[in-house]
Amino acid sequence: MKNIYLILISNLFLFPSAFSQNDSSLFKQIPIDTSSKMNLNVDAIYNRPFLNFGKSPVTLGGYFETNFQHISNNGITEGLQFQARRLTLFVASSIRNRIKFLCELEFEDGTKEISLEFAALDVEFNPLLNLRAGIILNPIGAFNQNHDGPKWEFIDRPISATQLLPATWSNAGFGLYGKKYSGKWAFSYELYLSNGFDDKIISNESNRTDLSASKKNTARFEESSNGEPLYTGKISIKNKKYAELGFSYMGGVYNKFEIDGLAIDKKRGVHVFAIDFNSTLPKLNTYLVGEWAWVFVDVPKTYTQQYGRQQQGGFLDIVQAIIKRKIFGFDNAVINIACRLEYVDWNVGNFNETGGNIAENIVSISPAISFRTSLQTVFRLNFKRSLQTDLFGNPPSLLGGFQFGLSSYF
Amino acid sequence: MSTKNTFIIILFLLSSSFACKQIEPSGPEEENILNGPIEELTSAERILHLKGDAAFAQSFNSETGLGPLFVATSCQSCHSSDGKGHPFTTLIRFGQWDSTGNHYIDKGAPQLQNRAIPGYLPEELPTGISYTKLIAPAVTGLGYIDAVSDADILNLADPNDANGDGISGVVNWISIPNYVIPRTDAIQNTNGKYIGRFGKKSAAYDLLMQTSLAYNQDMGIVSANEAIDTYTKLESEPEINLQTLFETVFYLRTLKVPPVRNADEKEVVEGKQLFMNAGCASCHKQELKTGNSSIEALSNKSFFPYTDMLLHDMGNGLDDGYTEGSAKTYEWRTPALWGLGLTPKSQGGNYFLMHDGRAKSIQEAILLHGGEATKSISNFSNLNDADRLKLLKFLENL
Repeated sequence: MKNIYLILISNLFLFPSAFSQNDSSLFKQIPIDTSSKMNLNVDAIYNRPFLNFGKSPVTLGGYFETNFQHISNNGITEGLQFQARRLTLFVASSIRNRIKFLCELEFEDGTKEISLEFAALDVEFNPLLNLRAGIILNPIGAFNQNHDGPKWEFIDRPISATQLLPATWSNAGFGLYGKKYSGKWAFSYELYLSNGFDDKIISNESNRTDLSASKKNTARFEESSNGEPLYTGKISIKNKKYAELGFSYMGGVYNKFEIDGLAIDKKRGVHVFAIDFNSTLPKLNTYLVGEWAWVFVDVPKTYTQQYGRQQQGGFLDIVQAIIKRKIFGFDNAVINIACRLEYVDWNVGNFNETGGNIAENIVSISPAISFRTSLQTVFRLNFKRSLQTDLFGNPPSLLGGFQFGLSSYF
Repeated sequence: MSTKNTFIIILFLLSSSFACKQIEPSGPEEENILNGPIEELTSAERILHLKGDAAFAQSFNSETGLGPLFVATSCQSCHSSDGKGHPFTTLIRFGQWDSTGNHYIDKGAPQLQNRAIPGYLPEELPTGISYTKLIAPAVTGLGYIDAVSDADILNLADPNDANGDGISGVVNWISIPNYVIPRTDAIQNTNGKYIGRFGKKSAAYDLLMQTSLAYNQDMGIVSANEAIDTYTKLESEPEINLQTLFETVFYLRTLKVPPVRNADEKEVVEGKQLFMNAGCASCHKQELKTGNSSIEALSNKSFFPYTDMLLHDMGNGLDDGYTEGSAKTYEWRTPALWGLGLTPKSQGGNYFLMHDGRAKSIQEAILLHGGEATKSISNFSNLNDADRLKLLKFLENL
């Protein structure tokens, strides 16, 4: 499978290089659209910098993230670690007027994990009625769709977004979306049916309810584990002056309840609700972005409370630009200070045996300094401190350290 | 930007990075944690210990062999931080009330698997059967217990109370499975049975037997040693190999002795003397010695577990009507008291003491003792408040 990806990647680079040997002036950079303050999270898929060559309808893009870190957990450290976290490649094409295609191929930790995160055809019938089909990013919360590294001041992705929701979460599916503008207001909706979760969410190596465990099931791009669709819907509303606010839901039957027509269990549901927002405070120009999610899973009562029936968590990023000017020769460079606050409770509830609280949670704070040479490229220095408590609420393990890295679109 | 400013920024970033390394959070004090290896292990033994640590931490799921009937999903679920367990993973055993063996094997005995993977139903206790609940013990220092010679254990026994102190510790004579290799100095009784030393009733001969049974009975994991699936009752393909099992056993054998804290504090010293004077040490023997061991670090060492490794009559209040081996239903093995003060660090900040976790404090646990301990409990009860606190402080220091 990796070979297929490598051949595909090779072709992606060979193809444009053929053009570049002829005339490099044919390249044209299409930057991120910052002209409109009415962009919503739903636009994040296409609102990326692309490289266009010649008169070809095909555009290329991508981003790369690398860092080093020194982290200790309960006083034990693995020392200085250098990480090539992520290489993501985009290919987009305007096939015809109002028909477009985009795919996003991601290599994580070198070639340790290769995934086709997004590959969908979009057909616009009307701004309020677009069809999307293929491998789609389920719009639960905002981070899952708007996760490109260079957009964030933090090297690690939010714990709640990756371990709770679980970004990046994509599936084969179909759906509709649309947007509407009216004065200072923008509104969007998304509604998808897709393949979805499987039994792994309550039977996995994490030893806790873990939606991200289903990401290991790559067959979800080919078939549903149980024939039941995963429903994902989101509505967002934005006021140009104040904020964007999103409400999303994702749910369906997760378990394999039938084999060869024979019932082996009842249908068990997973339901996820999320709220996300982003805003830039007037006068202070402080950027706030965050999301909070609730997960409800129908876990058999005769199973184990190790796997929680309810989870919740979220994050809040606070970003403040402190210097905006030419730095190191980069025009309009920005130095930010930022802080991320996070909390996740993987098992909300009480023990049947004692009535005591089931703990299993993490609280984390990450102060940061970032240096943006432009919107496309960011250098990040992050500090981390988190307290993780086990199921029983024993003394938490204390994780802390620093990370330094850079992330850039190309 | 000026060269000066550039230099300042680079210096800031570098110094921040290196400073961060210095301000990384330190781990808990060594004396406040139960886990960790014996210090004197060789490099090869440390590597094996780490492999065993990973095996001990491995959580099982339906794809890796869990169940289908089970109690817990990993060793750590029951022995969090290598300490005593939480009532969440309490084991329930039933079906045996004398030395004639278990009469409910066909009903799922001796251990109730009260949880099941999705699609299966867990076992239920047969109506009217007596049963016992067992909370998981701490696993630290087990290698030392394992290395005590049979002769030393037998020397501590006084089945007929020959010395007239009211204490008559006995050993549990048990049958051992084929995969267990008797110790070189093993002592057998006339019926060919061996001295058990692990488990609340001393019904397990060694850590290999204890661990093989725990994988099978607690997690539904079949090994070549315990090859019968708890659900089908049929011999099944191993779900864990013997190498992993061996590594887990090695990990348990090489866990350090629980650390004592504040041993020199005046009140603790006085509390220890009160503990001795009350007669508690008649069963909770302070010092034992190991014999020869294949692990050099364990050979011929004195250690301080506060147990005599013998079964004692603990009275009607602790008689659950269930037993194992030759033990009576009212007999329980003296639990080691080392690590007692660190118990809340593995039980979620609480105490769940005695064999089933019914005692919510050390004092409550003391007062629940009966049978052979009656005189000692009376002595404890007669202490004034200050002395009682000293004695408790001594126990918390362990």
